[in-house]
Amino acid sequence: MGPRTPLLARIDLKGWIFLGALAAACLIVPLLNLGLPEGSALHLPTYLVSLFGKYLAFALLALALDLVWGYCGILSLGHGAFFGLGGYAMGMYLMRQIGPRGVYGDPVLPDFMVFLNYKELPWYWLGFDHFGFAAVMVLLVPGLLAFVFGWLAFRSRVTGVYLSIITQAMTYALMLAFFRNDMGLGGNNGLTDFKDILGVPVQAQGVRVGLFVATALALGLSYLIARFMTVSAYGKILVAVRDAESRTRFLGYRPEHFKTLAFVVSAMMAGVAGALYVPQVGIINPSEFAPTNSIEAVIWVAVGGRGTLVGAALGAVLVNYAKSLLTGALPDAWLFALGALFVLVTLFMPKGIVGTAIERFGSRRAAARLPPEPDLAPKLAEEGRG
Amino acid sequence: MIRRLALLCLLLGPLLAGPLPARAQAPADAAYARLASDSYADIEAGIVGLAASGDPRAGAVVAALADGRLLYRPADKALFLREGAGLVEARTGAPASAEGLKPVRANNKVRRALDAATGALNLTSPDLGKRREAADAVFKARDAAALPALDAALARETDPGIRRVVGEARAAVILGRASAPEAERVAAIQTIAGRGDGDALGLLRALSADPSEAVKAAANRGIGTIETRLALIGAAQNVWYGISLGSVLLLAAIGLAITFGVMGIINMAHGEMVMLGAYTTYLVQDAIRARAPGLFEWSLAISIPAAFLVAGAVGVAIERGIIRYLYGRPLETLLATFGVSLVLQQGVRSIFGPTNREVGAPAFMTGAFDLLGLSLTWGRLWIVLFSLAVFLGLLFVLRRTSFGLKTRAVTQNRRMAAAMGIRTPWVDALTFGLGSGIAGIAGVALSQIDNVSPNLGQGYIIDSFLVVVFGGVGNLWGTLVAALTLGVANKLFEPYFGAVLAKIGLLIFIILFIQKRPRGLFALKGRAVES
Amino acid sequence: MSDADLLTPPAAVAGGGPATERKLTRALLYLDDVQVTFDGYRALRGLSLTLGRGEMRAIIGPNGAGKTTMMDVITGKTRPDVGIAVFDGVHDLTRLDEPTIADLGIGRKFQKPTVFESHTVADNIVLALKGPRAALASLFGWRNRVPPDRVDELLTTVGLLAHRERPAADLSHGQKQWLEIGMLLAQDPKLLLVDEPVAGMTDAETEATATLLRGIARDHAVVVVEHDMHFVRALACRVTCLHEGAVLAEGSIDAVSADPRVVEVYLGR
Repeated sequence: MGPRTPLLARIDLKGWIFLGALAAACLIVPLLNLGLPEGSALHLPTYLVSLFGKYLAFALLALALDLVWGYCGILSLGHGAFFGLGGYAMGMYLMRQIGPRGVYGDPVLPDFMVFLNYKELPWYWLGFDHFGFAAVMVLLVPGLLAFVFGWLAFRSRVTGVYLSIITQAMTYALMLAFFRNDMGLGGNNGLTDFKDILGVPVQAQGVRVGLFVATALALGLSYLIARFMTVSAYGKILVAVRDAESRTRFLGYRPEHFKTLAFVVSAMMAGVAGALYVPQVGIINPSEFAPTNSIEAVIWVAVGGRGTLVGAALGAVLVNYAKSLLTGALPDAWLFALGALFVLVTLFMPKGIVGTAIERFGSRRAAARLPPEPDLAPKLAEEGRG
Repeated sequence: MIRRLALLCLLLGPLLAGPLPARAQAPADAAYARLASDSYADIEAGIVGLAASGDPRAGAVVAALADGRLLYRPADKALFLREGAGLVEARTGAPASAEGLKPVRANNKVRRALDAATGALNLTSPDLGKRREAADAVFKARDAAALPALDAALARETDPGIRRVVGEARAAVILGRASAPEAERVAAIQTIAGRGDGDALGLLRALSADPSEAVKAAANRGIGTIETRLALIGAAQNVWYGISLGSVLLLAAIGLAITFGVMGIINMAHGEMVMLGAYTTYLVQDAIRARAPGLFEWSLAISIPAAFLVAGAVGVAIERGIIRYLYGRPLETLLATFGVSLVLQQGVRSIFGPTNREVGAPAFMTGAFDLLGLSLTWGRLWIVLFSLAVFLGLLFVLRRTSFGLKTRAVTQNRRMAAAMGIRTPWVDALTFGLGSGIAGIAGVALSQIDNVSPNLGQGYIIDSFLVVVFGGVGNLWGTLVAALTLGVANKLFEPYFGAVLAKIGLLIFIILFIQKRPRGLFALKGRAVES
Repeated sequence: MSDADLLTPPAAVAGGGPATERKLTRALLYLDDVQVTFDGYRALRGLSLTLGRGEMRAIIGPNGAGKTTMMDVITGKTRPDVGIAVFDGVHDLTRLDEPTIADLGIGRKFQKPTVFESHTVADNIVLALKGPRAALASLFGWRNRVPPDRVDELLTTVGLLAHRERPAADLSHGQKQWLEIGMLLAQDPKLLLVDEPVAGMTDAETEATATLLRGIARDHAVVVVEHDMHFVRALACRVTCLHEGAVLAEGSIDAVSADPRVVEVYLGR
């Protein structure tokens, strides 16, 4: 801590490597895709650009998750909910951009609404034809849900596995809700068949590259925000809350405030990740809320190393790259591999790739150290006013 | 004594009057005469007359007419029945031969009359089932012509159940006749209201425009009574569905109540233990079908220990292989066991394929029965009883056996238990095996009501955790109460909000509930849990 | 004062009504007839205790006497079923939560040393320093720019300056106890509650801790719970002996240790 340190001085070696890699990707990917002719051996096909963009969106989700899990001990099994809500907000904008080009040609109503005999747009669709409004909603909706949910849970001192279980119940409830046609959000099929984003066709090569770069920038910016938060006194208190919540209370801190703030920021980042994911994959549907998706995101963080931020992003990219490889080559093997990954990482590499690397080669202080003997067994869970 | 005699006379009156030839013969003759006609109106009148006549051959004649086997000779209006290849005389049933016969025809109106007559005539059938059927038919047809037959049947009937139905049928007929005396109609309304079902409600509603004030008032009272009764039955039915759902939740959660509740292990592969139990049932049935089809009725009974052993063994393997390295790190346990669940799901998918497997139901699990207006299926009833049996069995094991004592000792104070010579790792593994084995047993029951697919377990895992947390971790009775409460609440809300919204509502309720009481319904209190 | 007076709660104040209207007492801490029950177990049965400003008090008593529960009540962790707990004459401690009470100026050191093991010794002190404690303030505010000498000064007091940059997890048991006392000092509370500060310390360390606490007591009120009678004697302050959730005896160390009932339930022989 010590005297005032500018933000740049707060970035450590792994942070610089990470930001450098992102910057390099922002240069090289457009160059290989747009700069080289399609016949060239080094040409990067556009579908790969979108695939990489998808990885980076997942990396942003993982970063968000690491902020609460790695630094605050909140193992959220419901971050897919925030990701999905951000995605739906973007999807609603993209649906409104279709205009009269839908199959039914209705100038206002999306196809599924015409199909379901809607007479007019439901009120919560209003405003989504403006990009700015949708962008605000991408942050606001997940942020608001996280605020209400987090404030209730943290104020009541729900911690550990109880919290994990109710976050899972939260995303499960949302999944059930979004599957309903009455939600006016496309039900089972979700939102898809997008045409334009900001007036340009979403399928166009240049737009794909632009979306990739935007995702990389969002990831870099989110990293800076998260880094700033975690190295500040706020971040130290967050870690203190993670390790000994009741002690911070006796020091006069209100852990629920610290946790809620982290949870809300994290949810907003997850919302942005979802919003960037949707135009690149071309669809958002309720299965994004499936509890399994949220748990899968947790393993990305665990593989990369929780409490390191950079590791979370790295883990997301690596695991998803492996998933792409394996599901292509041996579809049956993927779930075996993922399952084994869960088991092996927790048993043999609890600090993850980056955490282990820092322990081996770097200074001990670089990573937010994990508590030596976390003792959170449910029956003994601290807190709870008897 | 005199009053009794008088009563006896009153009851026997119609019966004694019946056989008197002079009075019975005449209407029967007239009826037979009218049947032998090609006028539908005559035929209909003939049927009505015949049904009311009490003639012993009436049943056979009406049945023949219904089948198109009643013939007449236009020349002398003699009636014959075709029986097999030959003919018999309609009046006497004596074999006969005749020429120039025409069939007695029927149109829709005649057929209705026939139905009513059949009903009325069957009222005196010696077969109990037939009589009940007939009374129901008359109740539905409400043919005024059946009144005499009903009176006769009422006087003769000894079975109280059928007597009631006949009485109701008679009341229904009376209600249909605006000419009946007011007092009689009011009495009839009371009889109908006593029936208390949807049919009765329809009948009484039809009276809402009746000119008689007394009738209208009585009808309205009756409608109120029936509606209350129907609402009660509807609620009871929903409560039953809720108990049924609750028992499923209980089955799914009860193993978790041990592994999570007692041991504090977050086993995300719990649902897969249930799934393994269901697949064990499938394999057992498969083997039985192939080797010993006669044992099929016993397939579930055989599957229970088999599923317990399979799931229990897998549980012990998971505990020994993974979980024991993660004690005191619940979040890591959660992740590792989730990985196990993925592997188990994919393993089963690779072996058995992704599609549903057919698990048959033994005869005792099929069919339904009525109880006080509720319709219950045997399968659900057995599952409710089974879940309670498993619950009580588990309670017994934990409270009354030395193994249970050791389990409780280890979970309460591991070090002290170890110091007293309890082999704690062994107890850990077996306790986890017990919880997993019970999940497997749950799978046997759930194979009867759910699709046996690799995803079977996923559908139960969140619900199971919520049940255990809602009931209070470490409290078996809490799990029972929570499972039944959530099941019943879900089914009571369903009619109003639909299944999905009811479920979402309950999820939100539990999330909020945990904020209020983080330790569930039946929480342990005190310093021990705080330190 | 007779012992009966101490054991019997005054009838007039039983019931725990609001005590925030006016200065109820000139005492810094005033507990009257505090009762706490856990699942039928009565941890405190009418505990009454008064602590003056700047006073140091040692609390002794057998296990289960209610010492830790008393601290829980004072710091807002446990709410009493019955009874009055007033701080500084105006604050009703039974209605406030832990952070509010900590903010009023009551600091607590736990029986089991609880420091933030992932953080350095210096960071532990920085997090404890008196100052704004809101989340946003900690994100941008003053706590990010604490002058190092302020931390060094406190670390010197508790003798941990040499360990400034070490993770707290690496400290020995006794050093953690001192770090926690250092954190208490950084909080600069009006009242310090110190639970078993010398458990697991060597004799020399115990001696040093007693000296440290006597120094602190010059400008703070201190309540020390301890089993070590040598240490209690070294503190040279008034002693209260608790037994079964109420005060058994109170007075100088010599008077209390001579009390036959204290000998019976606690000291032995």
